[in-house]
Amino acid sequence: MDIQQLEAVASQVRRDIVRMVHGVQSGHPGGSLGCADFLVALYFKHMNIQTEFKMDGIGEDIFFLSNGHISPVFYSVLSRAGYFDKSELASFRKLNTRLQGHPTTHEHLPGVRMASGSLGQGLSVACGAALTKKMNKDTSIVYTLHGDGELQEGQNWEAILFAAHNKIDNLIATVDVNGQQIDGSTKSVMNLDSLRSKFEAFNWTVLEVDGNHMEALDSMLTHARSLTGQGKPIVILMKTEMGKGVDFMEGTHEWHGIAPNDQQLESALAQLSETLGDY
Amino acid sequence: MSIHDIKILDEKETRAGFGDGILEAGRRNPNVVALTADLAGSLKLNAFIKEFPDRFVQCGIAEANMIGVAAGLTIGGKIPFATTFANFATSRVYDQIRQSVAYSDKNVKIAASHAGLTLGEDGATHQVLEDIGMMKMLPGMTVVVPCDYNQTKAATIAIAEHQGPAYLRFGRPKWPNFTAPDQQFEIGKAQVLATGKDVTIFACGHLVWIAVEAARILEEKGISVELINIHTIKPLDEAAVIASIAKTGCMVTAEEHQINGGLGDSVANVAARHMPVPHEYVAVMDTFGESGTPKQLLEKYGLNKEAIVAAAEKAIARKK
Repeated sequence: MDIQQLEAVASQVRRDIVRMVHGVQSGHPGGSLGCADFLVALYFKHMNIQTEFKMDGIGEDIFFLSNGHISPVFYSVLSRAGYFDKSELASFRKLNTRLQGHPTTHEHLPGVRMASGSLGQGLSVACGAALTKKMNKDTSIVYTLHGDGELQEGQNWEAILFAAHNKIDNLIATVDVNGQQIDGSTKSVMNLDSLRSKFEAFNWTVLEVDGNHMEALDSMLTHARSLTGQGKPIVILMKTEMGKGVDFMEGTHEWHGIAPNDQQLESALAQLSETLGDY
Repeated sequence: MSIHDIKILDEKETRAGFGDGILEAGRRNPNVVALTADLAGSLKLNAFIKEFPDRFVQCGIAEANMIGVAAGLTIGGKIPFATTFANFATSRVYDQIRQSVAYSDKNVKIAASHAGLTLGEDGATHQVLEDIGMMKMLPGMTVVVPCDYNQTKAATIAIAEHQGPAYLRFGRPKWPNFTAPDQQFEIGKAQVLATGKDVTIFACGHLVWIAVEAARILEEKGISVELINIHTIKPLDEAAVIASIAKTGCMVTAEEHQINGGLGDSVANVAARHMPVPHEYVAVMDTFGESGTPKQLLEKYGLNKEAIVAAAEKAIARKK
């Protein structure tokens, strides 16, 4: 897929996100919109995946969403990538759905390999999955996504230490650096300061990219993959804008976890082209 | 089956049964992997590590990460045993177990040593007495508390072959080893050690041997005791519980755990729903432990044979 095609998919994914959250009047649109470009680039170009889902992920790249609250973007991308029919997106957060508020394996939704929602657990799981790939001599790789605020959870730093110590170099972790969390900016709530120097101090390879620039993301994901197998885990710090693509949601924590009303939905959809057909 | 047929073979640590069990499980299945959080020696993993160095993952003093790594290892087919002291294997990492293991349906085995008061001198920070309750409340979690070295070894092998998350609880001290060395361990199947008609004693873990001693005292007093080892707290062998209390009409539960949430509550739940009978608890009475030798602590906190004898007599008296 070329850059324009990826951008077109991202536009549809953003429409899905606001429609899903509006449809049930709950969910997390802000972080979802900010990560749409990354997840589209990952699933539509960079990951080698089999959409006939197998939990063991042998012989294919696998992805773990650690910040599970951005489930709308995850579900939309999984569906648009072919794991399940897009019509199921309408069931998001509703009774008896496989599209739970936060992702789970428990309802057997194809594409999901771990539950997430309680923050800070995904990197540990990814380290285990990456170790299994090494033990199995499986050369495919493991990707993760974490929120920047999520890195306030201590378990992450246990995993960051562990990954470097064990030379888990078949792992590309990514951080959605939008600088926002529920109670305000990350700077005001619990300053993360320089994530680059922190990861470097833990002996990771650190890359940085504009996470809302498709061409830059595309190049960076290619570059990151070329650095695997060199004895160090890799992290990509992706500078993003929360709410990206919907002007009134951009750059504020206010849209972390609230849904648009009918008028706001209309305004949002007017800014996002329907490229693949709404669900 | 008579209480007098039970013989002590030798005295061994249940944790050594785990170490020998995981070694055997590792020989049988190349997917068995061991993890620890800086307690490989205490968990008796040295033989496993020597034989399978590439299947051992040292996690350092970071239990939360260890649980997550174990969950991830299952993706691709490994059978991870995450090992540490029981307190750090449960209460310290409860949310990690809940989300990344139980809710995520991962085939993780949590092997926990140094459970209960018999940890001894380290004191209450390490003497977890709430772990059975925490673990049994998690949907889908199997909870196994074997009674001696031989049974811990057999249980470890059985749990490796079982599909699904499991919690295996054992302890630190040398303890009478009396179950068969060649036993087939069946998860969820209660073990009747003696048949009787006046009172049922349900016990688990180290308290099973103490219950054997108590049953002998009761038999000398002319009381016929049915002694059942509930080595699997969950899934509980409800049919065995009901069949026994239907016969004896009263029961005692004995465990190295808080009165709240342990074996006693699991058995009481079955009785309440099917056949309420007088029930006396031998357990820790909603308090923390302290430093001391295992023997001193079991005496002080009422987890001894005298307490079981008294509880049995009281339960029988309540029938009338």
